[in-house]
Amino acid sequence: MAWLRRSEVVIAGILLLAMIGIGLVNPAFWQLDNLFSLLRSNVIIGIMALGVLMIMISGGIDVSFPAFAVAAMYLTVKGMLWTGYDGVALPFLTAATMGALFGCLNAFFVYKFRMIPLIVTLGTGSMVRGFLLGVVGTSMININKMPDVLIDFAKTEVISMTKADGTTYGLTAMVLVYFGLAILVHLILRYTMIGRGIYALGGDQEAASRAGFDLRKVIFFIYCFAGALAGFAGLLHSGMIWLANPRDFVGLELDVIAAVVLGGASIFGGRGTVLGTMLGVFMLVMVKNSLIIMKIDTTWQRVVVGVIIVIATAVTAWRDQKRKARGDRT
Amino acid sequence: MTDAFIELRGIRKEFAGVCALDDMSLTIRAGEIHCLAGENGSGKSTIIKVMSGVYQPDAGEIRIQGKAVHHLTPIASIDRGIQVIYQDFSLFGNLTVAENLAMNTQLRQKRRLMNWGRVRAIARDAVDRIGVDLDLDAEVGNLPTAGKQLVAIARALMSDARLIIMDEPTTALTRREVETLFRIVKDIQSRGIAVLFVSHKIREMMEISERITVMRNGSLVADGPVSDFDEASLIRHMTGLELNSKPYVWVPGDRAAEAPRLEVSGLGLSDAFEDVDLTIRAGEIVGLSGLLGSGRTELVLSLFGMIPADRGVIRVDGKEVTPRSTQQAIAAGIAYVPEDRLSEGLFLTQGIDRNILCTSYESLASGLTIDQGRADTLVDDTIKAMQIATPSGAKLVKELSGGNQQRVVLGRWLLTDARVLILNGPTVGVDVGSKAEIHHKIRDLAVEHGLAVLMISDDVLELVQNCNRIVLMHRGRLTEGLDCATTSEEAVSEKLKAFT
Amino acid sequence: MINKLDFRAILNRDKNIVQLIVMTVLIFVIMTALSPDKFLRYYNFESITYIFPELGLLSIAMMIAMLTGGIDLSVVGIANLSGILAGILFKKLADETGVADTGLAVVLLGGVVALGTGLVAGALNGLLITKVKITPILATLGTGQVFTGLAIVLTGGPAIVGFPEHWSWVGNGKLLGLATPFVLFVLIAIAVSFILVRTPLGVNLMLIGTNPKAALFAGLKRERMVFYSYMMTGVLASIAGIMLSGRTNAAKSDYGTSYLLQAVLIAVLGGTNPAGGKGRVLGVAIAVIALMLLSSGFQILRFSNHLIDFIWGAFLLLVIAINAYKNRVR
Repeated sequence: MAWLRRSEVVIAGILLLAMIGIGLVNPAFWQLDNLFSLLRSNVIIGIMALGVLMIMISGGIDVSFPAFAVAAMYLTVKGMLWTGYDGVALPFLTAATMGALFGCLNAFFVYKFRMIPLIVTLGTGSMVRGFLLGVVGTSMININKMPDVLIDFAKTEVISMTKADGTTYGLTAMVLVYFGLAILVHLILRYTMIGRGIYALGGDQEAASRAGFDLRKVIFFIYCFAGALAGFAGLLHSGMIWLANPRDFVGLELDVIAAVVLGGASIFGGRGTVLGTMLGVFMLVMVKNSLIIMKIDTTWQRVVVGVIIVIATAVTAWRDQKRKARGDRT
Repeated sequence: MTDAFIELRGIRKEFAGVCALDDMSLTIRAGEIHCLAGENGSGKSTIIKVMSGVYQPDAGEIRIQGKAVHHLTPIASIDRGIQVIYQDFSLFGNLTVAENLAMNTQLRQKRRLMNWGRVRAIARDAVDRIGVDLDLDAEVGNLPTAGKQLVAIARALMSDARLIIMDEPTTALTRREVETLFRIVKDIQSRGIAVLFVSHKIREMMEISERITVMRNGSLVADGPVSDFDEASLIRHMTGLELNSKPYVWVPGDRAAEAPRLEVSGLGLSDAFEDVDLTIRAGEIVGLSGLLGSGRTELVLSLFGMIPADRGVIRVDGKEVTPRSTQQAIAAGIAYVPEDRLSEGLFLTQGIDRNILCTSYESLASGLTIDQGRADTLVDDTIKAMQIATPSGAKLVKELSGGNQQRVVLGRWLLTDARVLILNGPTVGVDVGSKAEIHHKIRDLAVEHGLAVLMISDDVLELVQNCNRIVLMHRGRLTEGLDCATTSEEAVSEKLKAFT
Repeated sequence: MINKLDFRAILNRDKNIVQLIVMTVLIFVIMTALSPDKFLRYYNFESITYIFPELGLLSIAMMIAMLTGGIDLSVVGIANLSGILAGILFKKLADETGVADTGLAVVLLGGVVALGTGLVAGALNGLLITKVKITPILATLGTGQVFTGLAIVLTGGPAIVGFPEHWSWVGNGKLLGLATPFVLFVLIAIAVSFILVRTPLGVNLMLIGTNPKAALFAGLKRERMVFYSYMMTGVLASIAGIMLSGRTNAAKSDYGTSYLLQAVLIAVLGGTNPAGGKGRVLGVAIAVIALMLLSSGFQILRFSNHLIDFIWGAFLLLVIAINAYKNRVR
């Protein structure tokens, strides 16, 4: 029965209850097009959450990735327009690389100066965003100018259906990209030594270094990887909404961190899984998007997200305390 | 000396002009249990780090299995079979036993991927080698200290070790766990692996080791088979001082008629202890001992209000008190000196003044503000009364020696009108030299201030020498009271053993 | 002997302050050299004395949260919510003559509402941190969302414009020939400084931040003290909110969002240890003045606000690097 106590199972249970609850308020929730659009909304937050998950397992935190994502996205789209390039693979590679380079900056300060990641990433995030808006520009690139390849790529669907009234809807293929990345991160965390090094670092930094982990490698890996994921997600986002807005993603870090915490990761490091994070992301996105379905005014969104963060962290704090109490008594 | 596994000769090591090791020599024979004795700061940990390749000596010679080694790196040291078990074990509490055991092998083989089947096989093999039962899937953070130590030992044995260095391995263990540890150490030895025990606990050294090397101020002062030493000579070598300890005798005087300082009757807490009756009079020093899990820690924490008792009565000077928080306990005249001075007792980066006054600030406040003049006077008085060596109260506590630090913690309670003083392991991690001074101070406090002292310790000798009475605890009940004048360390140890 | 040691200790203790003063003078000299005719104008300094107090108070609030090793990410949310609640009150109570002429009694009532908002919000943070035992980062991240969210719900999005004249006086009036907010800032800074050094609350906070475990064993009222510290933080944030709404004659849910990063930066720059146990009002006050001079200098040089964000971020990282370097030398 040990699996019953796994946090993923608990989260999945709560998620199911919430879905049933929302479905009772408005059965439209269960319609396939609603579920498909929910999944679609998971993609961007989900990909970013994978990066934040790795950082949180290592005992850090990152609030700079939205700035990295928007900078990588905007610069890449500008570059595509400027060069007239019309491929898909290279731009995504470029955006991811840019994100990784920004991530290096975080890693450098966290590793070299052993400064609290929150403060480092507050600084780098503000720098990157300030640079983008102050030097590169503030004007949006809208659908008339957006490279068609990006939009077409993001339009790809795995399932397409037609409703009775003739309108079509479908499940975006970007979900597969998200799932693919999730599996990749899961494999890294579970089956590679660098992945185990992330858990080791989050468990006990001193012991990790004594055991022979190259902490510099691990720290650079996680912050760069998280940056790359953010850059990738940023560009994907612009393709999905047909718009490259240099002021995008403001405040997104709160949603993503909330989702990761909701997914059972510990802010003190050492604990967290990909599956849990994906469930956390789904929960957050579902609640946010279902406000309309439940006929609640959308201005309440921030309040709801805040309340969810508080409740989720309260539950986690309670769980950690119980674990600690058990450890003390033995 | 052909059977020497490692020989260090004339080792010298300086740090920024300060000499940590000077002409230090140490020889460990293959397959022996050797003890390295010395006080804190005598250079024990520096010599360990020389052997593990962390530090390069400035001068001297290292020979391993007869061959001179010129530049010993950490990797080279491990390759030659030297393994160090640090005091904190260097384990990952968030990972399973299996992964903790296999981690080093994985890293040494420069593997990039995790094969969980292999990890389990490696771990199973390691656990079988020390012949103990460990749940491979348990999270290490949930294991008790002794369990963590077993994992650390199993890990050290995996790498074809020839010498295992244990840095203060018994610090956090109860007597019973120490015995298990010693059995395993003997077992390790029987496989031809040498063990270096680094310690300052004299009795344990005498019990386990075959040969002892004593160091002081970074130099060798004595070495030889254990039969060459006795307790007194070891202390003399370690401290350079002659110590004589007379047992504590309580003179009731005219206090016998007064109500007892502390009177506990029928105290109980579910799953921890029950029916505890205990009376301590002014000037008495009562020892409390028992195995880990006997409920002794819970009992004193209940008296101090941290985990309030469910039932029973606590009286201080005849007045009933029910401490439900540390503040209430302090207000009732109960004081507690925690076991881990550095992490639980002191504010290291603050001055002596704030460390002494910390419990008294609210009573020092007239209205909202602190009466600074009175605060300064109190600090000066306490420094004088506790004989803390410092030019002023502004000096940071982290700059004081261990003995002086403990005086600061004790001195704190002089200001709170404490009448019952509970000491948990008052000399854990304190040098032999400072130990005697702290014992002396505790006796003074009991006699001069008329305190009732309850002293908890795993060091039975410490209790026999410093208390007038000892009570033993087993399975949540006080089982026996012994008069120190008529009992001996051996007798108490025997009784404790009977509990296992 | 004793005197000499004391003297050195005092010098040591104030080394940080001396460094901050040197830094301020340097910034002053450099900015003067770059644009002597504009930077040295009386008007420039006067406008700084109107703008910096709100940020200064938020920074002091941040410092107080950091004293016990915490952080308060909800200060800006509290400030805005306070201003908005007061603004709504004035709108409701205004008679035909309009909001601007609201009587002193109502304005005072508004002040009570604003300060009460800060007190309650701070108490909520304190409760979540001490009783529910949520990590300060996550607790205030969540409540920050809730406060900002409530501000959105209350206003529906747009700003509340138009505050009574008496209210505006707090933000842009004059007292004794000086800017009112400046005078208030100095008074409040002195009061907070006094609380931190000369009352049991302040000393207890320092001790708790130095070693929370030892504080427990020494019988300090840890939970209550930390609770009070977040209430103080909340009240200071609401005063900043009063100044902000008074100065701009408006209140909005997303005003001053960049203040959050800046408050963290100033607290750290001012010598506060984010891990707890160390922090001084004087250090924070000098740091805020130094950075305001820097900001206004760049504004005179016609740098955009975005670029100034960039510079703030870069400055934070620079401070981290310098501090790390100094520690290594020592």
